[in-house]
Amino acid sequence: MTASLAAPSHASGAKTRINDFSIQVATVNGSGSQTANTVLLRAIFQMGVFVSGKNLFPSNIAGLPTWFTIRASAKGYVARKASNEMLILMNAETAKEDIAKADTGALVIYDEPLQLDKLREDLAYVPVPFQKLVTASCPEPKLHKLVKNMIYVGVAARLLGVDMDEVKKAITKQLKGKAKAIEINQAAAVAGYDWAMENLPEQDHIRVVRDHKTEGLIIVDGNEACALGALFAGVTVVGWYPITPASSLVETFIEYADEYRKDPKTGKSTVAIVQMEDELASAGVVLAAGWAGARSMTSTAGPGVSLMSEFIGLGYYVEAPGVFFNVARTGPSTGLPTRTQQSDVELCAKCSHGDTQHINLYPGTMEECFQFAYDAFDLAERFQTPIFVVTDLDLGMQNWSSKPFAYPAKPYDRGKVLDQQQLAEVKDWGRYKDVDGDGICYRSLPGTPGGNGSYFTRGSGHNEYAQYSEKPEDYVAVVDRLKRKYETAKAHVPGPVFRNLGSDKGILAFGSSDPAVIEAQDILSEGGLKTDYLRLRALPFTAEVDAFVKEKKVVYLVEQNRDGQMANIFRETYPEHASKFKSVLHYNGHAIDARCIVDQITTFEQK
Amino acid sequence: MTTATPSAPTNKLGYTKQDYVGSKSTLCAGCGHDAITAQIIGAAFESSLEGHRVTKYSGIGCSSKTPAYFINQGWGFNSVHGRMPAIATGASLANRQLINIGVSGDGDSMSIGMGQFVHAVRRNIPMIYIIEDNGVYGLTKGQFSATADKGSHLKSGAVNDLPPIDPCTLAIELGCGFVARCFSGNPKQLNAILKAAFAYQGTVVLDIISPCVTFNNHDASTRSYKHVKDHDFPLHDLGFIQYSEVEEVEIAAGETEVVTFPDGSKVAIKAIHESYDPTDRFGAMKAIHESMEKGEFLTGLLYINPTQPPLPQVLNLVDEPLASLGEDVLKPSPEVLNDIMKSLM
Ligand SMILES: Cc1ncc(C[n+]2csc(CCOP(=O)(O)OP(=O)(O)O)c2C)c(N)n1
Ligand code: SF4
Ligand SMILES: [Mg+2]
Repeated sequence: MTASLAAPSHASGAKTRINDFSIQVATVNGSGSQTANTVLLRAIFQMGVFVSGKNLFPSNIAGLPTWFTIRASAKGYVARKASNEMLILMNAETAKEDIAKADTGALVIYDEPLQLDKLREDLAYVPVPFQKLVTASCPEPKLHKLVKNMIYVGVAARLLGVDMDEVKKAITKQLKGKAKAIEINQAAAVAGYDWAMENLPEQDHIRVVRDHKTEGLIIVDGNEACALGALFAGVTVVGWYPITPASSLVETFIEYADEYRKDPKTGKSTVAIVQMEDELASAGVVLAAGWAGARSMTSTAGPGVSLMSEFIGLGYYVEAPGVFFNVARTGPSTGLPTRTQQSDVELCAKCSHGDTQHINLYPGTMEECFQFAYDAFDLAERFQTPIFVVTDLDLGMQNWSSKPFAYPAKPYDRGKVLDQQQLAEVKDWGRYKDVDGDGICYRSLPGTPGGNGSYFTRGSGHNEYAQYSEKPEDYVAVVDRLKRKYETAKAHVPGPVFRNLGSDKGILAFGSSDPAVIEAQDILSEGGLKTDYLRLRALPFTAEVDAFVKEKKVVYLVEQNRDGQMANIFRETYPEHASKFKSVLHYNGHAIDARCIVDQITTFEQK
Repeated sequence: MTTATPSAPTNKLGYTKQDYVGSKSTLCAGCGHDAITAQIIGAAFESSLEGHRVTKYSGIGCSSKTPAYFINQGWGFNSVHGRMPAIATGASLANRQLINIGVSGDGDSMSIGMGQFVHAVRRNIPMIYIIEDNGVYGLTKGQFSATADKGSHLKSGAVNDLPPIDPCTLAIELGCGFVARCFSGNPKQLNAILKAAFAYQGTVVLDIISPCVTFNNHDASTRSYKHVKDHDFPLHDLGFIQYSEVEEVEIAAGETEVVTFPDGSKVAIKAIHESYDPTDRFGAMKAIHESMEKGEFLTGLLYINPTQPPLPQVLNLVDEPLASLGEDVLKPSPEVLNDIMKSLM
């Protein structure tokens, strides 16, 4: 082994990056690399180091290039980092391009026959004889392709200083109980590790050093967190249609429901889950089930929301509850279906024809994915309307470390529903009468006996008694009340979270941009620019949001789409402050990183 | 319960027919849809339906307005064009105890809502799916629908060049276990079929030829009262006998075929026209196709097979309505969350 692991830049005396680096792994999808990458991520996590993973995958089942980045950060920064200190190149097709894009000084682990080491002089090369190692470590030729990836995990573990015990533990965890698979994969990882031990010199470019930052934390993705929120919220009817990146939300829910939503005595199910023929039907199922008193949900992405939009308008106007998860991806049209974007902000805010306004929740952390999913069912029943929980591929499908979720002890809020006795007692009940002055009326559920609660639900004009009406005053009374109801929601939706460093300059962001904004705020602060950061968590805007907009001289509105969709909503809501909003945008399909925020804000500041 | 007149007859629940009416119809005088509404009211009364368990769903169209005109004791949901089946699916899953009546039009079901029709039938949603079939889009003023016969004329003179889609053969193909065609001008037959439909567990598809007097009742129409009357071939005399715990009714043997439902109710079918066996799926398909080629409307119970499990049963749902399950049943304990969190560490 002749390779020198001191890259030119590094040789000139750069400091070792301890627990602070990014690794990018380039593979072919369908090759089993996802397991290997998760094992490497987990092993670093088990070393007590904050870590986050981003899978950049193609819209394809097998054969196209995939990249996975793992970021370790002692400071707890978990946003994507644009630069990588280690590359693991397993895909012959992209290797040359990956090398061309590599950051100076990067360590490059690659499959020996690719012969990449002549391409650039400013990188440190680690050619690995993968085929030889896999043949020696795995007796079954059929499995070679799959376990080959586990060898780079062993090599990387050795180079980084990750304990082999942690790698083995991570493999056991990842392959849940499949004894033979565990054995084969562990053997492959060990083969990589041992080979590296014998053949590679120590490197001090990047290292993992045991820490205690991740004790008691979980690793989870946002779709699973939302699925768990729905499980604890007691969802009883699910109508859905598969679409990336939203499918795994319902699919994970199905797994949990199999275990936790069966009547212990009869084995019968307490939730109906139906894969519908399309998103139109899914939306209809959700709203009708909500109308009939069930807690109902669907999970979709932008194209699905577009199809649902006629029904969403019906739900808004007839006041039927339902929870709509939108795990957003890069649009318009099919766009980049496996890449992230905050693409549907305006779509979900005003989904449907006519004057419509919807309550939207924007979780920004895994705990919030869980909690907001739980809360969404209360809000849907309290406000008798479709509720959007808006996440994106980055939150929904990537691995995030998180504190374990707190038990949602708050009892369910089933809203204003009159039962048989109340219906018998109430005088002059009207389905759409605003008795309490908050815009929320009392409803009855189909099937309630006693002969007093029935009414006719219609998407056409209606009066307070749910009777057909085309009278101008009846129409206006209903839509104005719906607006009042939306006002009432301000006191019920989650308010913003602040990270104020003391400044009259504001940063405003939401959802998955949070980690990058925090990091950017610190970088800006080190450079002398202090900012106050408001993380928006819901529509409609609450009083704290009003105050922030009024107080700040400038508001940098960070979002992941081309048109500044959230900025548009802010400018429309606060026309007298419209000029304060400066859009900081990122929309190329990758998760947002701190650098792009810092650069854009710096440019604005220099103007 | 209200009583219309002191002498009005009452059903088993003590209700009068008046207790099954709805709001006043706003359809054109003579519209076939109103005749169907009248039969729904009568059959619901005779079947002693519990009004509060009835839910009425529809899409958009003149036909889809009619759920407002019957059974005011039930809950109605007039939704969006072509999407009635999804509404019926969601509500029937939320509450297994509802008696689900869906009313749609030929436009609503055979064009914009074709996908939902097909999939609701395939899933065997527990509902009566009524298509009030006039061959035109009534509410948008008389354009052809997809059930219009080839060669039929609009009042304006326009000719339909495309072949019709037949909801009945389609439903049989999709595995529907109760398929019937009726004519709004034959109340007796419709009454018997509706009563049998109320006792049936899964999806019932009723294609009811229902002339649109305003846009499709002229001489060159194949959906006019006169044309349908002249070409109506009732297959059989139907008798429906609701299951009763007290009296077991004997049906005389002979020409009569008896189909028994899982709840013990019976349909007695006495053939009028040649021997037609409504339990023979392929035979039914063949007979319907042959009659269509001759320009006849075979009416009556076209196909019946009362054994298929409806969707809530396929999903193995608890017996209690999902909508009435409380937090005590639905919310897993803190220990469960704890276990899940441990598994993610
Ligand atoms: C999305 C949408 N497109 C178009 C319409 C207009 N529209 C209303 S009713 C109707 C046709 C109804 O025909 P049918 O179902 O046969 O009912 P009929 O009036 O004949 O009883 C159409 C096209 C609509 N309401 N919604
Ligand atoms: S237009 Fe035709 S379908 Fe509509 S109400 Fe009049 S007669 Fe009936
Ligand atoms: Mg029609």
